Amino acid sequence: MNDKVKDINKDDGKLVMAHMYVAFISLFIGGLMGVLQTMVRSGTFTLPFGIGYYQILTVHGVILALVLTTFFIVGFQFALMSKTVGMSDQQRESAWFGYWIMLFGTITTAITILVGKANVLYTFYAPLKAYPTFYIGLALVVIGSWIACFTNFRQLALWKKHHPGEKSPLLAYMVVINMLLWFIATLGLAATVLIQFIPWSLGMVDTINVLVSRTLFWYFGHPLVYFWLLPAYMAWYAIIPKIIGGKIFSDSLARLAFVLFLMFSIPVGFHHQLTEPGIDPLWKFIQVVLTFMVIIPSLLTAFSMFATFELAGRSKGYTSLFGWFKALPWKDVRFFAPMAGMITFIPAGTGGIINASHQMNQVIHNTIWVTGHFHLTVGTTVILTFFGISYWLIPSLTGRRLTKKVNTLGMIQTFVWMIGMFIMSGSMHIAGLLGAPRRSSYSEYGGSEQATEWIGYQISQAIGGSILFIGIILMVYIFFYMVFAAPKGYTEFPMAEVSENAEPTPKFLENWKLWIGITIALILFAYTVPFIDMLHHSPPGSPGFEDLIR
Amino acid sequence: MNKKQHHKDESTTNLKGTFIAVMILGIFILVSWFIVFGIFLSR
Amino acid sequence: MHLHKYERIWLIFGISSLVLFLVVLGVGAFYKGTQPPSHLATVDPTKVEEHEAFREENLGLRKVGENDYIVSVIASAFNYNFGKDDEGNTIRKIEIPVGSNVLFQATTTDVIHGFQLAGTNVNMMVEPGYINSLKTTFKKTGTYTLICNEYCGTGHHLMAFEVEVIDNE
Ligand SMILES: [Cu+2]
Ligand SMILES: [Cu+2]
Repeated sequence: MNDKVKDINKDDGKLVMAHMYVAFISLFIGGLMGVLQTMVRSGTFTLPFGIGYYQILTVHGVILALVLTTFFIVGFQFALMSKTVGMSDQQRESAWFGYWIMLFGTITTAITILVGKANVLYTFYAPLKAYPTFYIGLALVVIGSWIACFTNFRQLALWKKHHPGEKSPLLAYMVVINMLLWFIATLGLAATVLIQFIPWSLGMVDTINVLVSRTLFWYFGHPLVYFWLLPAYMAWYAIIPKIIGGKIFSDSLARLAFVLFLMFSIPVGFHHQLTEPGIDPLWKFIQVVLTFMVIIPSLLTAFSMFATFELAGRSKGYTSLFGWFKALPWKDVRFFAPMAGMITFIPAGTGGIINASHQMNQVIHNTIWVTGHFHLTVGTTVILTFFGISYWLIPSLTGRRLTKKVNTLGMIQTFVWMIGMFIMSGSMHIAGLLGAPRRSSYSEYGGSEQATEWIGYQISQAIGGSILFIGIILMVYIFFYMVFAAPKGYTEFPMAEVSENAEPTPKFLENWKLWIGITIALILFAYTVPFIDMLHHSPPGSPGFEDLIR
Repeated sequence: MNKKQHHKDESTTNLKGTFIAVMILGIFILVSWFIVFGIFLSR
Repeated sequence: MHLHKYERIWLIFGISSLVLFLVVLGVGAFYKGTQPPSHLATVDPTKVEEHEAFREENLGLRKVGENDYIVSVIASAFNYNFGKDDEGNTIRKIEIPVGSNVLFQATTTDVIHGFQLAGTNVNMMVEPGYINSLKTTFKKTGTYTLICNEYCGTGHHLMAFEVEVIDNE
């Protein structure tokens, strides 16, 4: 009835919003846990009611890295699919079904953590053993997300059937690539959780193969970070150009970048296991080389982004070398927040190259440098882009207006975030180079001089963390304001067009069989030999250790 | 014909600013990487 | 697919940088032997003290040559076992002369632990069923803290040891 005001089918809007509620409530809970951790680590604060540091650390990791991201991404991608290729009633039903399974899994895992039976952190490395419902809940989240995957695949397939010979819409193409990536990656997670962890935690088997479980986890763990990043890239490539009054620099380069991400973000998990025993260093190096391949699409993206900005500025008559920079809509939060994210990706990506550099990894492995690193990547680049998306997505779904007030608040939010993160992540990077460990409660390490040196940086982490928490309160307020209180009206769902100067998109970019084939071949190449080695030379398995985490 | 059209496009797409921007980015990556590599060697 | 002239130059520059990094790392790893710790030997985690390297008398610092040392350590929640001294007291600190070549080898009897000598390149994972090892030469004197940098349970942040690199006069 009111559909004209809204920019998206009303029922699809409801589905997307259901995901967004979970995402933003998770943001608040996870952020609160985060600021508490930085306080504890500053040495000035003790948690009340017998709550453990590692318990809130587990909540923080699970709810932000797994729940917030997955729900936001799945929801956002449904919005994009609904907008570009549409959604049938049947598809909407299956999407809801996946949503409820994910939510049920989330609650199951959350309760297990809250009662203190799963202080295993979000990586749940064996042989630390959580209560079975922790793993069962996680498995359900994954299974629910698979339903979303196949719903998206079906959406595009049906559209293609009705539009024979046409190239698929860019955003739909990108969503399908990201979901393919997610599906192939989560097969590893599902394998270790279903075959190893659940039977072991239920007592059906006595021991677990630790190295195999870690290898399967990191087979999933690296593409996970690209699953977070690609929706941000979708916005950068296909939405931001519209917001700045420009065009997409090149449709084919955008697609090519996504194809490269699909192929090279999976066979690289060893770069998280560089200092581990039991893996031949030759295979570690091979995966390091493959890791460096996945940098190339980001190099492409950097060029495409700057080019989009420059062309937009020049078309508005700014002719000087960097004049186009001024032409950008710096006061529009829909641009400013993602742009802040893009700028952050420069140090974030650079840190990533350093981390993956084979033996150099020994300098920073498991130090708080790594924590600083991914608070720049997922905690700034990705999340600020997600916030930037929310400023138009939420009001456009709820049939309200993005007001001047929200715009100003959003600008402040972005500044607050950048300042807080600069302080927190900066001190994490420095402390990490000095040797301070990640994932550790406050400790003076027996009065060690080195540890004393770290404490100063931990205090600045608490300052940065507190500023970030102010940013989170602001964002959660903005979210609920946009849902319930902003004036009714129309907000545009911005989608950019391809520049008329861009080359036509070659057909081979839609050769799904080819891309999936290469992806699988690369995975088999990178993992078959070392994995068989692992199984052949495996030591006796490990029993569970559940007493160490109480 | 197509080819000719194309060349004309290239000369009108002035991307000098983009080029300088990405090169600065590239140099930032190189410098940062070698700083940490220096730390690795010195330890 | 056609690329803008500048984009081609940028990609060549970027990819060459990546190749340069890989060559530097590859030469270090395969020619100079600075591979990351990747020891392949396995051990039964319930019987580590039966293994030659981790027998009571072999734990801690051992001099094996003019300038060569081996340090053998059993990690367990939440402690590093460096063995006992001549009087039977638990060793709480070791001293290594500067410039000596040291091989660290470690394993665990329970969960995964970290093994990081803060401020050095000695940084490796210790996992049940495996012995991990790492060679290093200490270039600077000083007191270094050995810390566990992989979460291993409630007392994780208390797991530490002291290593002093001393002048060798
Ligand atoms: Cu990674
Ligand atoms: Cu530990």
